[in-house]
Amino acid sequence: MSPATLDPRTDEQTRTIYEKSVEGRRAFVAPELDVPEVPIEELLPQSARRTKPAALPEISEPEIVRHYNGLSKKNFDLDSGFYPLGSCTMKHNPKLHERVAALPGHARLHPLQDPEHAQGALELMWNLQVALGEVAGLPHVSLQPSAGSHGELAGLLVTRAYHEDRGESRHKVLTPDTAHGTNPATVTMAGYEVVKVGTDEHGGVDLDDLRAKATDDVACLMLTNPNTLGLFDRNIEEIAAIVHGVGATLYYDGANLNAVMGKSRPGDMGFDIVHFNLHKSFTQPHGGGGPGAGPIAVSDRIEPFIPRPQVVRIESDNGHGPRFDLDHDRPKSIGKLRGFHGNFGVFVRSYAYIRSLGGEGLQEASETAVLNANYLRALLAEAGIAEYLPIAFDRVCMHEFVLSGRGAKEQLGIKTLDIAKRMLDHGVHPPTVYFPLLVDEALMIEPTETETKERLDDFAQIVRAILEEAAEDPEIARNAPYTTPVRRLDEAGAAKNPVVRQPAR
Amino acid sequence: MSRYTSATDADRKAMLDAIGVGSVDDLFAEIPEGVRLGRPLELPAGMAEQDVFEHLSELAARNRHSDVETSFLGAGMYDHYVPSLIDSILGRSEFLTPYTPYQPEISQGGLQVMFEYQTAISELTGLPVSNASVYEGPSAVAAAGYLAKLETKRTRLVVSRGLHPHSRETLVTHAKGYGMTVVEAGLDDRGATDLDALAALADEDTAAVFVQQPNFLGTVEELGTLGEAAKRTGALYIVAADPLPLGILESPGALGADVCVGEGQTLGNRLDFGGPSFGFFAAADKFIRKMPGRIAGETRDVDGRRGFVLTLQTREQHIRREKATHNICTAQALNALAGVIYLSWLGKRGLVELGELMVRRTHYARETLDLEQINPGPIVRELAVRVPDIDGVFERAREAGINPGYRLGRDYPEYEDGLLVAITERRTKADIDRLAAVIGSVREEVPA
Repeated sequence: MSPATLDPRTDEQTRTIYEKSVEGRRAFVAPELDVPEVPIEELLPQSARRTKPAALPEISEPEIVRHYNGLSKKNFDLDSGFYPLGSCTMKHNPKLHERVAALPGHARLHPLQDPEHAQGALELMWNLQVALGEVAGLPHVSLQPSAGSHGELAGLLVTRAYHEDRGESRHKVLTPDTAHGTNPATVTMAGYEVVKVGTDEHGGVDLDDLRAKATDDVACLMLTNPNTLGLFDRNIEEIAAIVHGVGATLYYDGANLNAVMGKSRPGDMGFDIVHFNLHKSFTQPHGGGGPGAGPIAVSDRIEPFIPRPQVVRIESDNGHGPRFDLDHDRPKSIGKLRGFHGNFGVFVRSYAYIRSLGGEGLQEASETAVLNANYLRALLAEAGIAEYLPIAFDRVCMHEFVLSGRGAKEQLGIKTLDIAKRMLDHGVHPPTVYFPLLVDEALMIEPTETETKERLDDFAQIVRAILEEAAEDPEIARNAPYTTPVRRLDEAGAAKNPVVRQPAR
Repeated sequence: MSRYTSATDADRKAMLDAIGVGSVDDLFAEIPEGVRLGRPLELPAGMAEQDVFEHLSELAARNRHSDVETSFLGAGMYDHYVPSLIDSILGRSEFLTPYTPYQPEISQGGLQVMFEYQTAISELTGLPVSNASVYEGPSAVAAAGYLAKLETKRTRLVVSRGLHPHSRETLVTHAKGYGMTVVEAGLDDRGATDLDALAALADEDTAAVFVQQPNFLGTVEELGTLGEAAKRTGALYIVAADPLPLGILESPGALGADVCVGEGQTLGNRLDFGGPSFGFFAAADKFIRKMPGRIAGETRDVDGRRGFVLTLQTREQHIRREKATHNICTAQALNALAGVIYLSWLGKRGLVELGELMVRRTHYARETLDLEQINPGPIVRELAVRVPDIDGVFERAREAGINPGYRLGRDYPEYEDGLLVAITERRTKADIDRLAAVIGSVREEVPA
């Protein structure tokens, strides 16, 4: 086919696999038919049979491989370059993990295999539960949630079940104005009303505002500590006392856990429920938008309500080792949050990571993440940068920090978006931009522990060069990027007239 | 030095000097004394790579996986052949290690993959709009329930008992949050959704009616007829489908579905003990601004070149916050890539050929096993049968290196002696004959 929309002068490199399809080509060869060739009409009634075949591509295997390899080359990726993307913890993805995840005993194991014949998988899950519980300082772990946002939902659903079990009905959930967008979205999906809590002049929770809003109608406060400004909230004990004082639960968004592993534990801070992003702190590759996993850890009082089934360890009384099983008989559980037991392949990778580093290694990872962040913060506080990109809250940060692009906008006439786009020409991924919302023209920078000092030095030089260039000619940044497979795209047009699939043939 | 970091003592000193503090501990001074851990984490000490590999290999060796037994287990995840090119392409760093494509200029590969994936899902389901993936099957069902709430403001969801038990339970879990109740329409004596029961339950308060195709027992449902009953009172008609048999089964969209969701594992994804795989979510045009999750769209750059972006983001949590259409953020991009590669590998004709092979082998199994049918109607890959002395069959089969399938009694007390047998293209005539021989040998010993 030759779609009318395609311009051969510029669009040759973006032909979709459907546009490469030629009738009669194929890759698949069906296995031999070793049973009688009964006419399909005799096996399926006409009303059930497909009338018009799905218009999948017709293409040979070599061309499929070239097509997707070609597409891959239009992606920036963590194995190729620096990714200081705040709140996303783009740390190295060890190659060992792909190898162990692909072992047939993991990759080819059916989720409904009898637990007697899946003891290795269940032991791995048990061990991971124990390890995550130790990192969180909360003893009970459910691995089931599929990603961070799913873990948040689990956290609010167990909160609801906990209160209902006590005969209480609560309607509000508090979230700071610096919260990740998933927090308020989760609150709504869990059937609660969002009440925002303000930020004080140090970047922490405004305690007066919290006290005013913490009523006995509040079910939960969702918090991340360090918060999305990269700052550790020094009032955490007071916050926990206020929240617990009105009978609410305290929920920890684990997006920023990479700052505090082995240093401070959410459970010890007073949190009742924590979610982990195994695709952040625990090295599951991001895959261009998943898969991840979002296990939760909870305190004793929340434990009866966590999703089922739960992996349990049963001690042997006959001299054999322990065995592992799936416990479905949990009457107060909120029930299943998804099919089967969670993203097991992700568990394998994160477990391999924890066993590689051990407790000391995890602690050292957090220490180095915080060291790298503060070093980069110091480099970006130098003259020539700080006057255009001042830090939002001038304190020692944890694993990330937030700059404001206000100065660059006012003095150089370039926005944070322009700086980000110009970074693409320098071969680095930009930081998270325009978040958190309370910082004007925000750039949120998280270098992670797996980057070298030289890489951080280079990044600071790139920022400086972009600002110097803009002082000479702001148009360069305003029109960047120039060296990428495409340049700035018409996002408004895409949303106004959505084309979300190949036009039907 | 910790694994995967590079800071030397000299680096550390230079960095601390630049920061203006004396030690790394000073950087943690913000943490109040009372909440510092103050001791090492109680975890096993770190290990060399080869020792971690040995440990994980030892654990893996204690799992009986689908290469070491002849498995007829299905019930939601299936032992289909995953072609080699998928591992090769998914192993590329450029697909494995990027973040979500929020910077489209350097993410055209991933975005075009999403666009191609959405096209494939749209083709299979017969619905014009697909998102770029959700977590997996049962939570996709729950997401569809949430869309029905947003769309209709009604309070009830009706599910067929033929919907996967995990989907039904997951829907109940999520519906408790968004304030809806779930009621169930039973199955008839042919293992299909009871039309009259479903029609009676779908009332003015019903936001959506859920049916699965093929249903959990493997029965091909009469989607058109059920849909008419479902939509009579204005409820949304939501079909949870296995995408692979949709090469030979009429698309849910053509039979009246408003939304089609499902588990994508059958499209080129590993078993992985249940995940990660992907969920898909497709819908009629009018729901495009109420869909959950990411959607890629086609556009042009400033030079007029074709490109792709994440579009309609004002639905999503990072923009719309508490008013978002769903809270989902990270989804299953890499697994969806496996799905679209698989569908391209099968191709337009291969998808049909594979479907026909499965149907023929499944019917061969039905005839050869020669057991009482729980679902005597049309089937494509799975059949439900009553087995005399099912414990004995499992025991004998295990000895023969066969996993005979899924015991329906675990979820359906009414089928206490029921066995759900899945016949993928990996199960040959010889495999089926062996299973039949095992069941036959046990049956001969059961007193009539």
